[in-house]
This record gives sequence, structure tokens and C-alpha cells, in this order.
Amino acid sequence: MPTPVLSIEKLTKIYHSLNGETLAIKDFTLDIGEGEFIVIVGPSGCGKTTVLSILAGLLFPSSGLIKYSNDEVTLGYMLQDDHLFPWRTILDNVYLGLEIQNRATTENKRRAELLIETYGLGKFKQHYPAQLSGGMRQRAALIRTLAINPEILLLDEPFSALDYQTRMAVTDDIGSIIKKEKKTAIMVTHDLTEAISLANRIIVLTKRPAVIKQIFDIKLTSTDHSPTQNRNAPEFMNYYNEIWKELDVHV
Amino acid sequence: MSEKNFSKEHEQYIKKLKTNRFNVIATRTILLVFFIIFWEVAAELQWIDSFITSQPTRVLKTLVNLFTEGTLFKHLFTTVLETIIGFTTSTILGTVIAIILWWSPFISKVADPYLVVLNSLPKVALGPIILVWVGAGPVAIIVMAVLISLVVTISGVYSGFTDVDEAKITLVKTFGATKLQILTKVVLPASYPTITNALKINVGLSWVGVIMGEFLVSKAGLGYLIVYGSQVFQLDLVMTSILILSLAAGVMYQIIAYIEKKLIPYK
Repeated sequence: MPTPVLSIEKLTKIYHSLNGETLAIKDFTLDIGEGEFIVIVGPSGCGKTTVLSILAGLLFPSSGLIKYSNDEVTLGYMLQDDHLFPWRTILDNVYLGLEIQNRATTENKRRAELLIETYGLGKFKQHYPAQLSGGMRQRAALIRTLAINPEILLLDEPFSALDYQTRMAVTDDIGSIIKKEKKTAIMVTHDLTEAISLANRIIVLTKRPAVIKQIFDIKLTSTDHSPTQNRNAPEFMNYYNEIWKELDVHV
Repeated sequence: MSEKNFSKEHEQYIKKLKTNRFNVIATRTILLVFFIIFWEVAAELQWIDSFITSQPTRVLKTLVNLFTEGTLFKHLFTTVLETIIGFTTSTILGTVIAIILWWSPFISKVADPYLVVLNSLPKVALGPIILVWVGAGPVAIIVMAVLISLVVTISGVYSGFTDVDEAKITLVKTFGATKLQILTKVVLPASYPTITNALKINVGLSWVGVIMGEFLVSKAGLGYLIVYGSQVFQLDLVMTSILILSLAAGVMYQIIAYIEKKLIPYK
């Protein structure tokens, strides 16, 4: 593998409360290459989101190292819901990250506006979020994340708030946008179909405390590697069954 | 959506809405007119003693008198000015204190029991102390208005701040927002609806404070007119003052409602 853009070494996180402490993540080690799409799956509550929060700098690890190949790396974080601000128009919502990072230059704003046009929301620039459908809002949320031009995208179950049909469409949509923009992405999800159709590698975590149980390299025979095509690849079901077994879900 | 040719059903629907709206306004007006006429007739026919209940024509006469004497606007202006100053002061002060409480959870925890006690204390009880401290005059009245509305403003605005969706704050943190940016980009704009609601309550309480204050100390103002009128048993003056007061309070409330509309266009 070429030099990783991000290497995580023996990441460990302990949560503290009055009632005691919980070991959430133990010795999480992973190298991520440029342009890779990594998906982390695991039983619910295992600490998948914690990994992303630490990478994003929202939480501090109890121990371990996170190294970026470039010190000035920009991260983009996408959450479960779109969290567009109802008091801002779509355009102003997209500018949010630039404003906060004091990078709202004419050039950057024009680039952000171009993203809106490219990804089909041009007509809705001056609309308020409430006037858009769930799928469009999620796309606007992705554009807001892309507007700061991040090298690495962190996606925390970005499609789970959508209904099934919209989710399929938005997964395709957003998956192809991320590939087109050539971003490195780390996504957390519990939806295996979504995971296999998007990922280059899938990291399976155990129950709490989360340790890496297995890593799957996903190689699908498909024509254009869009999520839709990937779902129809002959290897798809095998991966699905194998990963499902690894997840070891008991109800 | 801009089609001009609506279906018949739609036209009927719009018509029904309009009729409904008209009925509400008409009933309101009729109620008011009926009340005034009944009041007038009852007084004329001496079913009620107009010396203690006054009557619309006498109210009107008093109003004209006050106007020609030139004292009407003096009293109205005094009270409105006191209310506006009291309202503005407690809004700004209350919001600033709410921001401090939001900024420092430590201060918020320390202040909590004090705020609870201050909130349940009838502020009117402090009236005599205020008189001693700041003297009998307009300042005492404004202090009274601020005291009455301040704690409510603080708790209203602060609860708006704490109700802001935590995930929205997380979102701006992922962009690397500072605490000041979290306040200005998320917490304040997200709280505009709660803040304007607090303002609506606040404006009412400011009137209470000012009238209470004027009862206690003043030499001018609508509260003064009410007290003076009742002391000299001129109920016409009392009723007239109350009427003016209602109108002034109504206008002020509408102004706040207008500001709310401007502040929250996405509603």
C-alpha cells in the first residue's frame, strides 16, 4: 500500500461516569490509503461512532495515536440527520463550514455554489430546508461537507434517517459524488448492503469493548462500480453472508 | 403552483376559509359594540350607578378633556417610555445573563437555587426597598419593571439556549467552531423563537411593573391617573386611563409580533 493518508495506532477510549468506567474501544489499529472507502460495521452500541468522533477531534482518545500524512488535513464530517439550519437558505447552509473556518472567500463560495449546481440543487439555492425532500436535504448536507474541500470524509450512518427507497437512491447518489470528488471516506453503518456496495474495505468490530474482529477487502465484478451495479455483482451475496456471520448477531 | 385555474372544490375551500375568517372578525366587533351599547344604555337607564361604573360617553368626554388640556400625551408618553426602557433593559440584561449562564455551566449550577427563589418571590414586595434605595421617581418605576420581568426573561431565554439540538452544535464543532461561533451561528439563531416568546411575556410583565411602580410613587403616567382617579372618586378618569392602557399595551404587543415575523422568516 502507498503511504497512508491516515494511520491509527492502538486507539483506546474509556468513558467515565459516576457509576464507573466503560472500555469502549481497545487497540484499534488501521492504515487508510488515499481515495479508499472504508466502512466500519459492528453490533449496535459497540463504539463505531466513538471512532469517528475521535478522528474528528470531538472526543479525546484515552491512549493511542492518530497520524495524518499531512498536518493541515481538512476533515469533513457527515452526521445521521442532515441538520440543515432551518433559518438559513440552502446556499447559506452550504457556506456554514466556510464561515466557521473563516474561509468564506469569494473563490471558495463560488466553488461551493458550483457544487450545488453540479449536484442538481441549483434551483433550490434560495429555498429553506423545510421546502426540500429528505433525499435532497441529505445531498445538501453532503455538499455542505464538501464545501470546505476536505481530504477525508467521516460519515456517521449518513443514510439511516431516510426511508428505504430514498436510502437506496441517496446511497447511489452520494456514493458516486464521493467517488467523483476522489475523497477518502470512512463510514460507519449497520446496513450491510450499503456497506458492501460502497466499500473498498469493511472493518468488522466486536461487541463492546470494540476491537477489530476482521477486515474484508471487497472486490466486486461490476461494470461501473456504482453502488447499484455493485449490489448486483455475483460476489455480493458471499460477502454479505460472511460478514453477517462475523457480526454474530443474536436477538 | 402558480396556476390560475383552480378546481371548483378549491374555490369553495378558499371561500370557506374566508367566510370563517370574516365570521370571527364580525363576531369580535359585534361583541365589543354590544358591550359598549349595553354599558351606555344600562347607565342611562340607571340599572347601574354610572358614578362608580362610569359610562362610554363620559369616558369619551374625559378623553377629549385630557386631550384638550394637553395632559393625555404627557401621561401616555411617561408610561410608554417607562415601559419601553424597562422592557429593553430587562430584555438586554436578561439575554446577557442567559448567555453567561449558557457559557459557564459552573455559574449556571451555582446560580440555579438563587434564580428559583428570585423567580417565586413576589417582586412587588421589594417596592418599598426600591423607593428607599433609588428614591421616589421614574427610576424607581423602571427598576420595578425590570425586576418583575428580568428573571422570567433569563429563564425563558436560557431554556431556549439549552433546548438547542445538541447535534447541531456537534455539527459546527466538526467544522472546528469556537464557543463564540457556536453561540452566534447556532445557539442564538436557533433560539429566536423562544426568545421572541420570552419577549411577549416580558412586555406584559413590564407593563405590570410600570403600573405597579406608578401606583407606588409617580406624579405622572397612566398608573398615576388610575390611582388619582380612584382617590378622588373620578371613575371616569380611571376607566379612561384603563382604556388608553389597553390600547397602548395592544399596540406594543403587535410591534413585538412584527419583530418576531421579521426575525423568523422561515416559520
